[in-house]
Amino acid sequence: MSNRSQKPLPPGWADRLLRFVCPAGLQEELIGDLREQFEQHVAALGEAAARRLYVRETLRFCRPYFISRQLRAMAAESKTESSSPFLNPAMIQNYLTIAFRNLAKNRVYSFINIFGLASGMAVAMLIGLWIYDELSFDKQFKHYDRLAKLWQFVKFDVEKSSYDVMPIPLARELRGKYADFEAVSLSVSRDVIMVAGEKKLMRQGSYVEPDFLNMVSLDIVAGSRFGDNDVNSILLSRSLASAMFGASNPISKLIKLDNKQTVRVGGVYEDFPANNSFKNVTFLIPWKFFAANDPGAKRDRDEWDSNSYQIYAQLKPGADFDQVSAKIKDIRMKRDDPPGYKPEFFLHPTSKWHLYADFKDGVNTGGTITFVWLFGSIGVIGLLLACINFMNLSTARSEKRAKEVGIRKAIGSLRSQLVGQFFSESLLMAMMAFILSLLFVQLALPFFNQVAEKSMVILWTNPLFWLAGLGFSLLTGVIAGSYPALYLSAFQPVKVLKGIMRSRRSATIPRRVLVGFQFTVSVTLIIGTIIVFRQIEHAKDRPIGYSRSGLIEVKMNVPELYGHYTSLRNDLLNTGAVSGMAESTGSMTEQSGGTTNISWKGKRSDTKPLLMANFVSHDFGQTIGWKLVAGRDFSREFTTDSSSIILNEAAVKQMNFKRPIGEIVRTNGKAYSVIGIVKNMVKEDPFSPVKPSFFLLDYRNVNTINIRLAPQLSASEALSKVERVFNTYSPDAPFEYKFVDDQYARKFGNEERIGRLAGGFAILAILISCLGLFGLASFMAEQRTKEIGIRKVLGASVLNVWGLLSKEFLMLILVSFCLAAPISYYILSDWLKNYQYRTELSWWIFVLAGLGALSVTLLTVSYQSIKAGLVNPVKSLRSE
Amino acid sequence: MSRIYLGEFEELVLLTVAILNGAAYGLNIAEELKQRTDRSINLSGVHVALYRLEEKGFVKSELGGATAARGGRRKRLFSITAHGKRTLDEMRQVREDLWGAMTNLNFS
Repeated sequence: MSNRSQKPLPPGWADRLLRFVCPAGLQEELIGDLREQFEQHVAALGEAAARRLYVRETLRFCRPYFISRQLRAMAAESKTESSSPFLNPAMIQNYLTIAFRNLAKNRVYSFINIFGLASGMAVAMLIGLWIYDELSFDKQFKHYDRLAKLWQFVKFDVEKSSYDVMPIPLARELRGKYADFEAVSLSVSRDVIMVAGEKKLMRQGSYVEPDFLNMVSLDIVAGSRFGDNDVNSILLSRSLASAMFGASNPISKLIKLDNKQTVRVGGVYEDFPANNSFKNVTFLIPWKFFAANDPGAKRDRDEWDSNSYQIYAQLKPGADFDQVSAKIKDIRMKRDDPPGYKPEFFLHPTSKWHLYADFKDGVNTGGTITFVWLFGSIGVIGLLLACINFMNLSTARSEKRAKEVGIRKAIGSLRSQLVGQFFSESLLMAMMAFILSLLFVQLALPFFNQVAEKSMVILWTNPLFWLAGLGFSLLTGVIAGSYPALYLSAFQPVKVLKGIMRSRRSATIPRRVLVGFQFTVSVTLIIGTIIVFRQIEHAKDRPIGYSRSGLIEVKMNVPELYGHYTSLRNDLLNTGAVSGMAESTGSMTEQSGGTTNISWKGKRSDTKPLLMANFVSHDFGQTIGWKLVAGRDFSREFTTDSSSIILNEAAVKQMNFKRPIGEIVRTNGKAYSVIGIVKNMVKEDPFSPVKPSFFLLDYRNVNTINIRLAPQLSASEALSKVERVFNTYSPDAPFEYKFVDDQYARKFGNEERIGRLAGGFAILAILISCLGLFGLASFMAEQRTKEIGIRKVLGASVLNVWGLLSKEFLMLILVSFCLAAPISYYILSDWLKNYQYRTELSWWIFVLAGLGALSVTLLTVSYQSIKAGLVNPVKSLRSE
Repeated sequence: MSRIYLGEFEELVLLTVAILNGAAYGLNIAEELKQRTDRSINLSGVHVALYRLEEKGFVKSELGGATAARGGRRKRLFSITAHGKRTLDEMRQVREDLWGAMTNLNFS
């Protein structure tokens, strides 16, 4: 305080602000007036108040009148040559002219540079769009942050498994006894055959309670929603309504479901968008309808241990998912007769449905979010590669322009003008690349949508998209331009023009590091792609225990198909198009259910292992072609086979039988004797071990018809014959079938998508790297033209020159390979740990990837080095 | 009248310049106005009005001598031009005519 001058002063920043906004000509009088007033205020009101008033007055000067005068003054000033040549419009025009001439003069270089950057940007944009789409999942619901789905953890043996199926009475319990719930709805999803007039369609939809419609913010476009008293009512999605009824009004039309009951169309709703968990729900029917008609639902009405239905819930505002989950966790265990699998209920919030849907042993382990991170990092790396290229080429190019800088300076160019020149050139290129990348994205989007199974569009109207795109282009342009702009423009013209300034070795070190980084990434991606595809092949080649070829499945979802086993089978066999037919529970590519209610001699009483249950007809084994390793198949000759059981190898291992044939297994209160052992059949995840399973004869508990087409006929011929037979049994239902090998191939969808994307990015990364390398090699060759000329005069061969120019790049490749190998080993062995059935990380894959990168590099560089080596030395030495 | 436009605040400032003839500058105009009109006047508004009046040719200005109170800065002194004086007269005339016309009305 002692240092303070006697006279009080107003805040300095206020004066600076005033100088900034007011034209220079007025500043003296304005500040004068302000100061005079300030002194009066100090005398009258004290210093603090005076300062406050001073600031207030100054801020009032930031008004349009002064600012526009200031801008006009600045514009007028920049026209006079003396001050700020950087902003002079004539100069800017000149920069652009020169920049365009430079681009046109070095066409190949400009093409490589702009094309490389544009493809990097395009990849980043595509991935950005993909991530945007993934993150926007389910956000359409109005009460997005309060919705949840009920899940439960159950413990069969060691690990907790998770299921999203619930018992029916739980919904009542939640509604009645827990105040945190605003709305609760049961739901179950089914494929249903819908018939209206001549139209027959099989579609997926849900049976839900009326509250559900509010929970998902259903957008009714015609008619009205169903209420608590509606039973035989249906809401159609707009697309299904037009598929069923075309242009005519669907309201109050009748639809027959699965050839049984009839419902009346109550309304039409806007389809759920593609980025929504309910995107496959094409119709909604009241739960009451399901409860009244479905035998399972009738049976399970008060059944606490029959878990087959989904429950959705909306919490009251302010309720916390974790706290509510803790409250409802033990609902089942607190009731009478708690089951051995110890269910723990919990809420899975809507925000996590799509991205965090995986659980392992009672803990959420993410899910699709892994891919968001994976692709996000690939996008960033791709962009980085492209930027590195852009900078490398720009800086390498600029060294050639040292002389230009010298001459410009000698004839009077200011440093700021040179800075402007270089910056405007690199900015121009970056902007052109941005525009080109938009074009690329627009062209690639349909294809990308197909691979990623999405329907994305460029966010033309999203300001954030433009901000990010333009901002990034600016940043790249500025970074790439900064080396020539700031470093080259500082050269002394005398030195440059005398030729003292040679590019020193140290100047090329950052460039080598960057090229090395590019190749490290490329090699890593190559190795990754090979491993992903090998893992897919490995699982595809795995013995699956039955034969897939020509095997089709038909769902028995109309009542007419039941009860005619023998006649249907005979009719099918008589067509000659079918070599085998059987019925079973569920598809060959799915496991419909299991039981812990099973015991055998020597079973340890403290474990409750889950065994997969399969109910089949006599001809099942012969139809699907399973492989018996011991014992016999079911046979009509043994009337005792209704109490016989067939186990798979995993079950035998689980039960620890030395001589399995003839052992007794008890399940559901009945004793079965083991008559046969079959090889493990892959029904579920092809990357996991096969679970212990058993097979029982049961003609009532089936829902799928398995048919083996005869190999003599073509598939279409055989199918049309099969269809004719089915039409005689169920004339009103469409004949819907699935090929088992198609269904099996779908299990690899995720892995194949990663593989394709990794492969695509690997190719792109290599392309970008090679473009950069090609450019760099050409500059190196150009810079050493004279040296090569002299060497040739002194007797060097083309091979010598080739070696000279390629050596440096070979070293780079070796170094980056040494980096890439351990990195990819680490990442990939981590990835493979996700799979219990996995391929080996063999050494030859790494060698192959390394050799691949090496040969691509050599090819790229050789073009330039051989060209340089073939030039007649007379020509290269004569110039100048 | 159609050729000129003078806002209400500009008119007040122009009148004040006429009153303080020769010695008028931003701050004392503001103070004068504050006293006479009893409303809050800020300096920037007064300055904008002054510059606008000068652009329209109603006032002229010159840089005056420096005072210690202003940290040695000069002040810009404004005086009314003949055109400005005439405009004020015209505006007053128009108003008086209007007031005169109004006396015939009965405000009961």
